[in-house]
Amino acid sequence: MEQDTIAAISTPLGEGAIAIVRLSGDEALAIANHVFSNKDLTQVDSHTIQYGTLVDPKTDEKVEEVMASVMKAPKTFTREDIVEINCHGGMVSVNRVLQLVLRYGARLAEPGEFTKRAFLNGRIDLSQAEAVMDLIRSKTDRAMSLALKQMDGRLSQLIRDLRQQLIETVAHVEVNIDYPEYDDVEEMTNELLKERAQNVKNEVHTLLRTAKQGKILREGIGTAIIGKPNVGKSSLMNILAHDDKAIVTEVPGTTRDVIEEYVNVRGVPLRLIDTAGIRETEDIVEKIGVERSRQALQDADLILLVLNGNEPLTEEDRALFEAAKDLDAIAIVNKTDLNQQINMDEVREVAQGSPVITTSLIEEQGIDELEQAIADTFFDGEVDQGDLTYVSNVRHIQLLEQANEALDDALESMEMGMPLDLVQIDITRTWELLGEIIGEDVSESLIDQLFSQFCLGK
Amino acid sequence: MYEAGRYDVIVIGAGHAGVEAGLAAAKRGAKTLMLTLNLDLIAFMPCNPSVGGPAKGVVVREIDALGGQMGKTIDKTHIQMRLLNTSKGPAVRALRAQADKVLYQQEMKRVLENQENLTLRQGMVEELLVEDGAVKGVKTETKACYYADQVIVTTGTFMRGKVLIGDIEYQSGPNNQRPTITLSEQLDDLGFDIVRFKTGTPMRVNSHSIDYSKTEIQPGDEVPRAFSYETTEYILDQIPCWLTYTGEVTHQIIDDNLAKSAMYSGAERGTGPRYCPSIEDKIVRFNDKPRHQVFLEPEGRQTDEVYVQGLSTSLPEYVQKEMLETVPGLENAEIMRAGYAIEYDAVVPTQLWPTLETKKVDGLFTAGQINGTSGYEEAAGQGLMAGVNAAAKALDKETLILDRSQAYIGVMIDDLVTKGTDEPYRLLTSRAEYRLLLRHDNADLRLTDIGYDMELIPDERHERFNHKQELIEAEIKRLSEVRLKPTDDVQQTIQDKGGSPLKDGVLAVDLLRRPEMTYETIVQLAPRDHELPVEVEEQVEIQVKYEGYIKKSNQQVDKMRKMENKKIPENLDYDDVDNLATEARERLKRVRPLSVGQASRVSGVNPADVSILLVYLEQGKHAKVAANE
Repeated sequence: MEQDTIAAISTPLGEGAIAIVRLSGDEALAIANHVFSNKDLTQVDSHTIQYGTLVDPKTDEKVEEVMASVMKAPKTFTREDIVEINCHGGMVSVNRVLQLVLRYGARLAEPGEFTKRAFLNGRIDLSQAEAVMDLIRSKTDRAMSLALKQMDGRLSQLIRDLRQQLIETVAHVEVNIDYPEYDDVEEMTNELLKERAQNVKNEVHTLLRTAKQGKILREGIGTAIIGKPNVGKSSLMNILAHDDKAIVTEVPGTTRDVIEEYVNVRGVPLRLIDTAGIRETEDIVEKIGVERSRQALQDADLILLVLNGNEPLTEEDRALFEAAKDLDAIAIVNKTDLNQQINMDEVREVAQGSPVITTSLIEEQGIDELEQAIADTFFDGEVDQGDLTYVSNVRHIQLLEQANEALDDALESMEMGMPLDLVQIDITRTWELLGEIIGEDVSESLIDQLFSQFCLGK
Repeated sequence: MYEAGRYDVIVIGAGHAGVEAGLAAAKRGAKTLMLTLNLDLIAFMPCNPSVGGPAKGVVVREIDALGGQMGKTIDKTHIQMRLLNTSKGPAVRALRAQADKVLYQQEMKRVLENQENLTLRQGMVEELLVEDGAVKGVKTETKACYYADQVIVTTGTFMRGKVLIGDIEYQSGPNNQRPTITLSEQLDDLGFDIVRFKTGTPMRVNSHSIDYSKTEIQPGDEVPRAFSYETTEYILDQIPCWLTYTGEVTHQIIDDNLAKSAMYSGAERGTGPRYCPSIEDKIVRFNDKPRHQVFLEPEGRQTDEVYVQGLSTSLPEYVQKEMLETVPGLENAEIMRAGYAIEYDAVVPTQLWPTLETKKVDGLFTAGQINGTSGYEEAAGQGLMAGVNAAAKALDKETLILDRSQAYIGVMIDDLVTKGTDEPYRLLTSRAEYRLLLRHDNADLRLTDIGYDMELIPDERHERFNHKQELIEAEIKRLSEVRLKPTDDVQQTIQDKGGSPLKDGVLAVDLLRRPEMTYETIVQLAPRDHELPVEVEEQVEIQVKYEGYIKKSNQQVDKMRKMENKKIPENLDYDDVDNLATEARERLKRVRPLSVGQASRVSGVNPADVSILLVYLEQGKHAKVAANE
């Protein structure tokens, strides 16, 4: 039990210049190395610090620029191998790093678990045992109340519904096993089981997707306003950020030399990227253009691509569309107050299905439509933040991801034609994992289900 | 009062638990006395005439692998046998036999009579002799005092037993035998928590009065089968069971008379098992079902009594008669014995150590239905364990606790002593988290060595077992070395089985992993130069085909074992462990788990409590080291 590798954020929650994600356990080096580019962390000297980039090996997505401290057992806090990943402060980046290592084999540490390991491995002396137990108790209680707070009522209801579906299915398989002569219930078939597993998988998938929406709500949608010089980017910026709505947080980044501004559009928080760049350079017409905009694209979830309706579509515009393809984008044809020279059919064609909005930013026309389009892009039109069911807790997300994997295993076994009672092992596992999210006891409930669902007796 | 003798172990009761307890204790070398109310009712089956079924059938095999008797006796005395769940995976297959009840009893009695170290005697135990918290022997109603430092109580449903039929009730054990009253009162006085449970049984009817033409035949398997790994002679002459159904009219009669049912009269009653509902329960709880199955099971070869499985009831006798008249085939059925419910006292099983010794009274063991279980197999499994452990204590030998990954017996006892039970406990496959490891086919592989260590398995059987293991290993090794080339012959065979042809050479063992392949086919392609017993072939196939799943289960077991290996001293004072949540502390004080693993399964104990416990135990260890230095 003490051998698995644990991970947690080791710096206080909240905004700080840097934050640390700590890994401890036999696999600490291997897991960190798996997501770390630049150097082989398993080969470096102990107690050294390494510069590198964290990359998700499955998607090749760059996650963070970090410094990793490598400390090999036994001269460490826990007497196990430890890697401490120093990343940028703020919940966004540190959570991203934590989720990355959890995805690749670490387990989220229980409250006080690093200290517990330090103690169990003889690192902390006896007199501190009391303190360790105090710590576990108090941290657990706090973590539990926190998790409960983070657990939206709808989410727990949804999870309960999914578990109910699963347990009915499992009970069905069980009744076939324990009461093979009971003829009142149809035999669970591979097809039926597959259908049910697939249903639940779809829901779990949606939950994981809304987890992304939850993230968006907390972190804001990285939004880049791009376009040729003098199309109205600055005006758009000012309109979106009109004084009473704007929450301006200046984050002097350490790697990205940008200033971000937060604006709230119908409950959807937008994090406007490189607004400084737009402001600084808007007047210096010759200096801005495609290159600058391309950089802004790298960090964006949403692209607002501004066009000048007063002139035909240019090669430069097309190049911007090309750069924005595969991203969520909204095309804005501005300057409807002037004579329209642009061919709208052509715009729709290059927009490839992205919404096209016409505005006159000077006269504040078309702003409603634009805001609606932004909301639609991320929340399928349901913008009411208070109404959204989403998963935000890192532990919950990890459990959902594990549930997703267990369902994949079950589906794969079915493909291979494994007997149902074996497939059911993974279905039951999914049910248990979902139970952990809402903290439900598993012990007797399957048997309760069995006897409430079926009339049995032999 | 007179002194009637001294023994190492005394077993009270000779039902399914008592029989295995007495045999196991005697085989381990303990001088053992068995006392029973009626020598003609040894291993009596008061309810259905059958042994085995899912989970339970695996228990019978486990008992056999541990040197117990149940499997051997049923192999000799059944009237039909079937392997269930053959269309499902290997983990859930199970044997079930219909027993010849009388033959079963006779055979068991003969086995007991012939067992060395075992004395069999008729007598009603009136009192346990207890001094200073330790048991010293028993006193019978005929004032005989037998002395022993280990006593196993296997009194089934006899403790304050009460039979209920309609508004009639009387104190009785099953089948109108005398109940045990004083023993129950004494356990109460000794401070044991007692619960009141209930179970029931249907009527038996005369076979001549059944119109079988209106029912469906339920034959046994044509392939001869056996529970025991030792059985070599099979019963080929089998007797079928029959299936019929209740209908709307039956349900109407039950509904109209519900208030007359002893269990629905409004009087306070013991808790019955959900998995063994009376017909009244079925009608009330599932009133949308138009019909329920009724199996007609012969009670033996030498009798015409037929057990009406599915109609367990505590309705008045005349309603039982009316009810039968509405069931096809039973219109004219003559009731030979009426159905009844029976209430009895059971000991709350969290008062037991996992050895089945009570925590309150040193040397006192309980096993079987007295521990809140139901079922012959569950009783027999516990009886064997109590016998092994009582003998161990008497002779200062090694005790035996099976964990949840070793046997259904381990699952059952762990459930009982760790969680207790709110209703009569029955084993179900879903109670076993490592079900894939606890198979019907591998009970011998799991437990024969243990049985041997416990002196329950003779040398010669152990050698045979070792040989079987060697054959399995050798054959898997052979298949892992034979490479099959994509010859026409091989490709043709694979295609005949519906598989896709080989692109390249493949190890025989890998080909066997394909879903469409069987061991039989593989052997055609990779012929061996010697014959192998069927059970060896079966093992090879299962172990190879499900290797992935088995590995996964084994990993979970390794994790579990780490926690099981962290022992907790029996006398740990939980009040000394600061920081435990109040509920967890109370529960732990009651259960007194022997390992951190067991503690983690006590309900109300959460992971933080387990962590705190770990740290506390570690602290003690450090302290000890410090004191020694």
